[in-house]
Amino acid sequence: MSPGVFGRGFARLKQALSRTRNSFRRLLDTRDESELEELLLAADVGVAATDRLVDRLRGATDRRAVLEEEVARLLEPGAGPVAAPVEPPRVVMVVGVNGSGKTTTVGKLCRLFREQGQRVLVAAADTYRDAASDQLAVWAARAGVELVASTQGQDAAAVAFDALTRAKSQGFDIALLDTAGRLHTRTDLMAEVAKIRRVCARVKPGAPDDIWLVLDATVGQNGLRQARAFHDELGLTGLVVAKLDGTARGGVMIPVVQELGVPVRYVGTGERLEDIEPFDARAFARALLES
Amino acid sequence: MFDALTDRFVKLQRKLRGYGTLSQQEVGEALREVRTVLLEADVNYKVVGAFIRAVRQRLEEQDITRAVKPAEVIDVALFRELTSLLGGSPAKLELSGNPATVCLVGLQGTGKTTFAGKLAKLYKSRRPLLVACDPKRPAASEQLRRVAETAGAGFVPARDDVVANCLASLDVARRQGNNLVVFDTAGRLHIDNELMAELELIQQQASPEATLLVLDGMVGQDALIQAEQFHERLKLTGACITKLDGDARGGAVVSVRQVTGLPVLFIGTGEKLADIEPFHPDRIASRILGRGDLHSLAEKVSASGNPEQQRATAEKFLKGRFDLEDFLDQLRNIKKMGSLSKLMKMIPGAGQVNVDETEMVRVEAMIQSMTPAERHDPDIIDGSRRRRIAEGSGTSVQDINRLLKEFGQARVMARQLGGITPGRLPRGFRPRRGR
Ligand SMILES: Nc1nc2c(ncn2[C@@H]2O[C@H](COP(=O)(O)OP(=O)(O)OP(=O)(O)O)[C@@H](O)[C@H]2O)c(=O)[nH]1
Ligand SMILES: Nc1nc2c(ncn2[C@@H]2O[C@H](COP(=O)(O)OP(=O)(O)OP(=O)(O)O)[C@@H](O)[C@H]2O)c(=O)[nH]1
Ligand SMILES: [Mg+2]
Ligand SMILES: [Mg+2]
Repeated sequence: MSPGVFGRGFARLKQALSRTRNSFRRLLDTRDESELEELLLAADVGVAATDRLVDRLRGATDRRAVLEEEVARLLEPGAGPVAAPVEPPRVVMVVGVNGSGKTTTVGKLCRLFREQGQRVLVAAADTYRDAASDQLAVWAARAGVELVASTQGQDAAAVAFDALTRAKSQGFDIALLDTAGRLHTRTDLMAEVAKIRRVCARVKPGAPDDIWLVLDATVGQNGLRQARAFHDELGLTGLVVAKLDGTARGGVMIPVVQELGVPVRYVGTGERLEDIEPFDARAFARALLES
Repeated sequence: MFDALTDRFVKLQRKLRGYGTLSQQEVGEALREVRTVLLEADVNYKVVGAFIRAVRQRLEEQDITRAVKPAEVIDVALFRELTSLLGGSPAKLELSGNPATVCLVGLQGTGKTTFAGKLAKLYKSRRPLLVACDPKRPAASEQLRRVAETAGAGFVPARDDVVANCLASLDVARRQGNNLVVFDTAGRLHIDNELMAELELIQQQASPEATLLVLDGMVGQDALIQAEQFHERLKLTGACITKLDGDARGGAVVSVRQVTGLPVLFIGTGEKLADIEPFHPDRIASRILGRGDLHSLAEKVSASGNPEQQRATAEKFLKGRFDLEDFLDQLRNIKKMGSLSKLMKMIPGAGQVNVDETEMVRVEAMIQSMTPAERHDPDIIDGSRRRRIAEGSGTSVQDINRLLKEFGQARVMARQLGGITPGRLPRGFRPRRGR
């Protein structure tokens, strides 16, 4: 049994999942397969996973256990916050569509990493949105980490470059880059984020070490298209699913993990600094189905 | 907007046009296809059912199996029913109070603050006042301050007591003569009792004339649940749907009126403050069906340039006296109107065309590197001038050659035809097919 199933984190996760849990627990009330299909599709788990789940549920006696096990297996590949060790500073670039929760997530991650005893530098590489740097500055102060601020209209790649140069020369363990929101259909903006990424590698070969997509859980099926586009452009190394507390259909991460093989690293469960949980597929599946 | 939906409808219409007459069975197949298209666009299934029944009835009344041009009959039926599904006649935002007051509500990150700025820009003559009602989220107030500055609107910063702040801002508005006050509230979940109670209090005490729900257009059916639950508690006036510049499939836009009874008042189609459109059901229906939307295009054109100047340019053009300076003006006008590919979507039949916007930027740079004399009389641009212009604009001499050649051809064409044909537009202005 994984450690994630105990403690306060689990309780918070369960709380945040309460609406999605209502949707999933309804799966336990029916044996009618077309009804099951409808429920699963409505929770955005996708066609492939729906077929698989309906298949495994057929003839099962302990339906809850079977479902929990299957959901965990679907989400497990590579899941969790840990990633291969890299030479410091670990460079993490956070990307996503407008308003998905990037800046808030970056703020939460600052606290999380700092509490692990790491020296964190965070950079406002969103130079487009009004007050984006001010917003991040508040989070950096709350989390007690150092900030590389920016002004609107500045070249975002230059901000990233300066931040990484500083992180490297001053011995930071982690450099987090917050980027501007961009719709995955905008080729010009996708090219811009690719440029930020290239600039990182000029400071540290191989950087960014991680590129995480922040997906808004309330967005449903569109999330899969977002993930595909960002993955094509950048090669994602992880997902953070934000606003899990805001939806009854938190299943969209399943098709993303299944189709793209990009693991979930964290989930966001609210608007406060501490509302983030390292992702644990087993704990998640259990929180999803436990009464 | 809704490209996937439009693509499917255009294909279906093309197929139908291939038939002389339609049998009962073929009509049934066409309707089944319409049904699939709508379901795949995430339109609520009950709404789809009712829609198909209505179209079928209309077709029967018109005796579709006897029609000589059945594709047209079907097209008209789809257009009429889609328009009525989207709300029929456009619902206008009624602003009569002095000051008029609008409260924006919605989930986190849907686009409320941006929308406040868009409204301010749209109603600029009312000297709008934007009131920050989110004291909690980091830099929420500062963000609105900047938005207000860009929109040229007044601004009231957030205070811990949100309701008192709303009331105080009404006094400020009366004093300063702001005739529109917009409350930009914090994002919240409809299940958050405490925060929903705060909105109720704003409604009771500051009595905004309109409470608008700002919905993220990328959200599928969940948007309908949000709308229903906000509406239940707050008595909303209407909905605004944002982020339709992406690949939103349109399900929410199409179903929200039918499912919740709430009219859609505005749509947001980009991050800039100019990216807002009043919602006209007939125009949207027209765009969804691939017929374009010349109304909105004409409005954008007249809003973006001085009409006198536009007419003068057109005249010059017809006489073949169009110079590169006029050309640059046009280029800038188009930029003011928003993205060119967005505009192309409004032109009937041109919706499928892709426009090379980076090319436009290059063309602009080239013209900017020319002297006024060169712009006026491109014939004087010789080899050494070409090298200078290329260097100044970061392009190559070949690029300049091509621009001048195409420009010259366009001028000759214009003289011959007294009009413009897309095939002869200078590069960058010329539609490019495919990606
Ligand atoms: N309920 C809830 N709200 C969240 C969560 N994460 C972020 N938010 C809220 O979502 C809204 C948008 O968050 P931001 O962090 O500004 O989003 P962003 O992706 O940085 O936005 P852009 O930079 O404009 O693209 C804010 O109101 C946040 O408070 C979450 O896990 N749960
Ligand atoms: N592409 C696109 N982006 C938009 C549109 N409207 C808003 N945005 C972007 O969406 C993000 C969030 O917008 P905000 O206006 O801050 O959203 P909000 O609802 O005020 O957010 P909270 O106050 O945190 O709940 C920003 O990056 C905006 O630029 C739109 O129509 N299209
Ligand atoms: Mg941000
Ligand atoms: Mg806001």
